[in-house]
Amino acid sequence: MTSISPGSSVQDLGRFGAQRYGLVPSGAVDRLAMAGANALLGNPLFTATIELGPLNSVVTAKGGAVRVALSGAQRPADVGGTPVAVNTTVMLADGESLTIGVARSGTFGYLAIEGGVRGEPMFGSLAVNARAGLGSPYPRPLQPGDQFLVAAASATTEKRIELPAPVEGPIRVVLGPQDDEFADAKDLFLNSEWKISATSDRMGYRLEGPSIKHLHGHNIVSDGTVNGSIQVPGNGQPIVLMPDRGTSGGYPKIATVITADLGRFGQTQPGKPFRFKAVTMAEAQAAYRAFFELLQSLPGRVHDSNILMLDIKALLQANVAGTAVDATNDATWQVTVAGS
Amino acid sequence: MDAVLSPPRILPSGDAAITVEFSRTIDDDANRRVLALDEFVAAEALPAVTETVPTYRSLLVHYDPLQIDFDTLGAKLTELALKPLPEAKTTRRWRVPVAYGGENGIDLEDVAKALDISPEEVIARHVGGDYKVAMIGFTPGWSYLSGLPASMQMSRRQNPRLLTPAGTISIGGIQTGVQCLAGPSGWHLLGRTAVRTYQLGRDPIFLLEPGDAISFAAVDEKTFKEQDRAAEAGEVVAELIPS
Repeated sequence: MTSISPGSSVQDLGRFGAQRYGLVPSGAVDRLAMAGANALLGNPLFTATIELGPLNSVVTAKGGAVRVALSGAQRPADVGGTPVAVNTTVMLADGESLTIGVARSGTFGYLAIEGGVRGEPMFGSLAVNARAGLGSPYPRPLQPGDQFLVAAASATTEKRIELPAPVEGPIRVVLGPQDDEFADAKDLFLNSEWKISATSDRMGYRLEGPSIKHLHGHNIVSDGTVNGSIQVPGNGQPIVLMPDRGTSGGYPKIATVITADLGRFGQTQPGKPFRFKAVTMAEAQAAYRAFFELLQSLPGRVHDSNILMLDIKALLQANVAGTAVDATNDATWQVTVAGS
Repeated sequence: MDAVLSPPRILPSGDAAITVEFSRTIDDDANRRVLALDEFVAAEALPAVTETVPTYRSLLVHYDPLQIDFDTLGAKLTELALKPLPEAKTTRRWRVPVAYGGENGIDLEDVAKALDISPEEVIARHVGGDYKVAMIGFTPGWSYLSGLPASMQMSRRQNPRLLTPAGTISIGGIQTGVQCLAGPSGWHLLGRTAVRTYQLGRDPIFLLEPGDAISFAAVDEKTFKEQDRAAEAGEVVAELIPS
């Protein structure tokens, strides 16, 4: 890493099974983007990747060619001035650098390495949990100068991945487990516009919006938390717990972000307004199944990059010939070549 | 204290976890129920259950919704929660050495003043307690103990400290605790132990289990320093003692 955005660390799915000892799983904020970057390189979907914070990073190949893939937040990137698109692979020749710009939409990027990040797993994971001294090859957020031992690039063609169009709309939640600690404030929570505070991090995203009042005060006896737990402390400003949360917490939890929307929520930029929407457990679990089907479908969504190039060429030729195609008007989809 | 809920409440913690709530307050009966359900769930070895997190008053059950839905697992957990409590088995009892007061326990004097007793009496009462690990949570190895003598219960500090030392032994509300890693705390600091409840590279990495019994023993500064060096090298300086 020649330079690295603050807030970057090695992440995979995380380590499970020790939450009863106070050890939180950690893991990638946006699992879909992480798995997409791995799929691009033919890695197992949940191989450890570098989770990149929203600012600039530069990664340089040393001692040989390296293939990487960038996914997640939309942002400019280039190798020696040649643009590199998000959701594609690129090979860096020995000495070449991939320059990754500031995130334009979204927060976290994922840089996967062909063959994966190498390290010593603890509890089956390389994910960084700095407080617990866990994570490999570095048990802390990444710093400029950090090096990764990686596999030499294979002789494959460059790839792109077709992901479904980003979902818009409210972040879906399941109410509870302590929604009965809030009366009318529940409606206020669901009917208000919220923004993520700039002071948010991988432990929790602080929300800015109306004050959510408790029925019986804000102190409950600590109980277990999950990723996406929305706890409401004394000041009434909710905090959504993220992968580096404490395993237990002492504030009432009004609702929980559903698994399928956690990545999308985690990529919401500070200051951008959004809303929550309550769904039933049946809807949430149907969305969960659909999300895992989407993850499993990722390898089948990877194509050679050059096919995309041909498509663009064909489209350009059609337009050069004077035929306008409007994506919203299917009457224009019948492309006719001038003169035929 | 509220009565223990029977059956407990089955509450959704998102789409992949269920909170089984036995009580809203800190309650030893509820905690016994929590730990018993935790054992029953472990004995069932349900493939859909990925892990469980016992706390004072509830059991958090993480599960895979691809294998089981909320209603089915909720019904199963209710059924298990209604089973009679198992015979009290012999719990492990640990003796945890503590260097009380001075720079190791900067709140000892203030606690003594607040309780209108001598610092020596604070130590004697704390050592005299019979404790149980009610839950481990927040950060790795942070062990919350029930059993603090009623004469020592006092509200937490108005201003939580952002940094308290590793190994801190403190009291807060009706609880006492063994804190493993340095970190924030709003409790009153009575002393420090060399015991690492969480230590990488040692077997076991996590020393205490929910349900373990704990006794404290006062040690002097010199002993603490020796034990701290031994613990740093991977020794378990807590003693297992016959119950």
